[in-house]
Amino acid sequence: MLQRIYAIFQARNREFIRDKGTLAWNLILPVALMFGLSFAFSNDRDAYTVGVLQAATEIETAAHPFLQTSYINFVAYEDFDLAMRKVARHQLDLLVEFGSEPKYWINSDSPKGYFVEIALLHAGSDTEASIDKQEITGDAVSYADWLLPGILGMNMMFSCLFGVGYVVVRYRKNGFLKRLSATPLTSLEFIIAQVASRLVLTLVITCFIYMGTHILLGTRMDGSYFTLFLIAVVGAISLVSLGLVVSARVTSEELAGGLLNLINWPMMMLSGVWFSLEGAPEAVRMAANIFPLTHVLNSARAVMLDGASLADVTPSLLALTAISIVFFAIGAKIFRWSQD
Amino acid sequence: MVATIQQLIVLCDCSLCRNQGNDGQYSDYLHLDLHFLPKSLGMTITLEARDIKKNYGEVLAVDGVNFSVREGICFGLLGPNGAGKTTTVEIIEGVTAATSGEVFYYGEVAGSRFRQEAGIQFQNTALQDNITVRETVEMFRALYQRQANINDIVEQCSLGDLLDRDNRKLSGGQRQRLLLAVALVNRPRIVFLDEPTTGLDPQARRNFWDLVKSIRTDGATILLTTHYMDEAQVLCDEIAIMDAGKIIAQGSPDALLRKQYDGLIIELPISDLTDDLSGIEHTVHENLGIIEVITTDVSDSLQRLTPHVSNLNQIKIRQPNLEDLFLDLTGHSLRV
Repeated sequence: MLQRIYAIFQARNREFIRDKGTLAWNLILPVALMFGLSFAFSNDRDAYTVGVLQAATEIETAAHPFLQTSYINFVAYEDFDLAMRKVARHQLDLLVEFGSEPKYWINSDSPKGYFVEIALLHAGSDTEASIDKQEITGDAVSYADWLLPGILGMNMMFSCLFGVGYVVVRYRKNGFLKRLSATPLTSLEFIIAQVASRLVLTLVITCFIYMGTHILLGTRMDGSYFTLFLIAVVGAISLVSLGLVVSARVTSEELAGGLLNLINWPMMMLSGVWFSLEGAPEAVRMAANIFPLTHVLNSARAVMLDGASLADVTPSLLALTAISIVFFAIGAKIFRWSQD
Repeated sequence: MVATIQQLIVLCDCSLCRNQGNDGQYSDYLHLDLHFLPKSLGMTITLEARDIKKNYGEVLAVDGVNFSVREGICFGLLGPNGAGKTTTVEIIEGVTAATSGEVFYYGEVAGSRFRQEAGIQFQNTALQDNITVRETVEMFRALYQRQANINDIVEQCSLGDLLDRDNRKLSGGQRQRLLLAVALVNRPRIVFLDEPTTGLDPQARRNFWDLVKSIRTDGATILLTTHYMDEAQVLCDEIAIMDAGKIIAQGSPDALLRKQYDGLIIELPISDLTDDLSGIEHTVHENLGIIEVITTDVSDSLQRLTPHVSNLNQIKIRQPNLEDLFLDLTGHSLRV
């Protein structure tokens, strides 16, 4: 069994690695995107973002005149530690709490925090209640730091979905799968070989891109490389398994492409590749959790930017493992060799 | 041991005879002596198809096909386009599910042993891109427990100079030799060749025939489907002719020809006739402008024909061949 799996695994790896165009595209596109976007957004965010400590998800604008200020994006936070981390990383310009004892927290190194503080004090000048100021410190997380996990995740998503989904459909359409079906190779062995091949290739490429951008752009890494690698492994398996489901029966490359794009685009827009979903409606954020990429990016950013431990990202890893098992089982169950 | 056909029929253990009830009612088939060489005479049956049917929706592609293939022979499955040959073979190979019917390999339902011991060359098979000939052969070889020596396969299929060439850069003949090599990686006891020479030039076809002969010499049983009657005549010990999903004739090529044709064929162009051939039994191939007269006495027939023919130089006398048989059994009209 292992000999058969290895034979298919090796052949698929050779096929991909020798396809110079595809290999170059897989390497160059994410690196170019990373450099281009880092340069384009080197001045960081344009909008002001303020965290509001409160239990409700909707901002209660009546609580303070400052909350009615235009051109400031107010985001509700229930988790104090999380919000403080974001202030320390300059991801929030200010954190406020309007309760019985109003307070605000500001990073003294944040230029945007300085202007938002003026707006807060001006808005509150008509009220009698005083507001307590707390200063914290911390280095800024650049857009490049924040974007890198997104680019890596997006590249992984394309590589896993198309690398398995499209290729298996092509094999089925051109009769290669039918030829394999006439050998002692079982469908499970074939699927394992395809998943393993794509997993290894994706991880090697992802590591290469990460090392390149990390070294050249000096991106942040506060957590453990092992934990980050583990997230990449489990995330890639979940995405490959999703590609397997799409390719299990489809016989047309056009249909496969359409179905894969149907999955790709919502995942790319809602999983936090390009921008954070903080401030987005609760329903959107909940819906985003069905995508494996959301768990990959959230946990990768937690490790890279916030130094999250393995225990911290375990819920995401468990979610990805469950997604992988379900998708793999469905893919293996409905897989068929030929077009009949 | 000498046995009459009647004795052989009685002794025959093949599925067709069983399905027919051994009552001597074989009128739907041209059942001939070679088919009925049974196990009891020391001939092992390698493969047996029993009452195979395949429906694609309303269309009945294969309609109760029965045949058995004796060990070590080259068995040809012939038929016009759409006759159901490829579907039948793919059902036997296990890559297409039958609507009903069974396939037996050495007396057992074809299963894992069959997959290990069968070598298959499909009519159309794509191989992986960016993989060399050597790597392709090695990959398929690794899928089997029984493994042929790679050097032997390379030599047999004349792939020595092509080993490091990308699959995509092979000519038609080279590609067919590679696909045959892939079918031989497990030292198969039975080899399926589905129209292996379609699209090849005459030289490549004849080279391929030599390859097939060498496989047979090595002891493998071969099941060949082909459109080419000359190919079947050269390679096959037995043939079955299919039409409209059924086998309409089965036996050795010589026996089938003896059964169908009593004598030689005299051909002459219609345009050379001076009047009609009333009183002489003949066949007219209108689309070719040819008249065929089948005769056991060529001299007598020529004497009777001569007064009706303006140009004797165009007269041809030849043995009937499988193409004649094929056309007579399946008709001359174009299949759609």
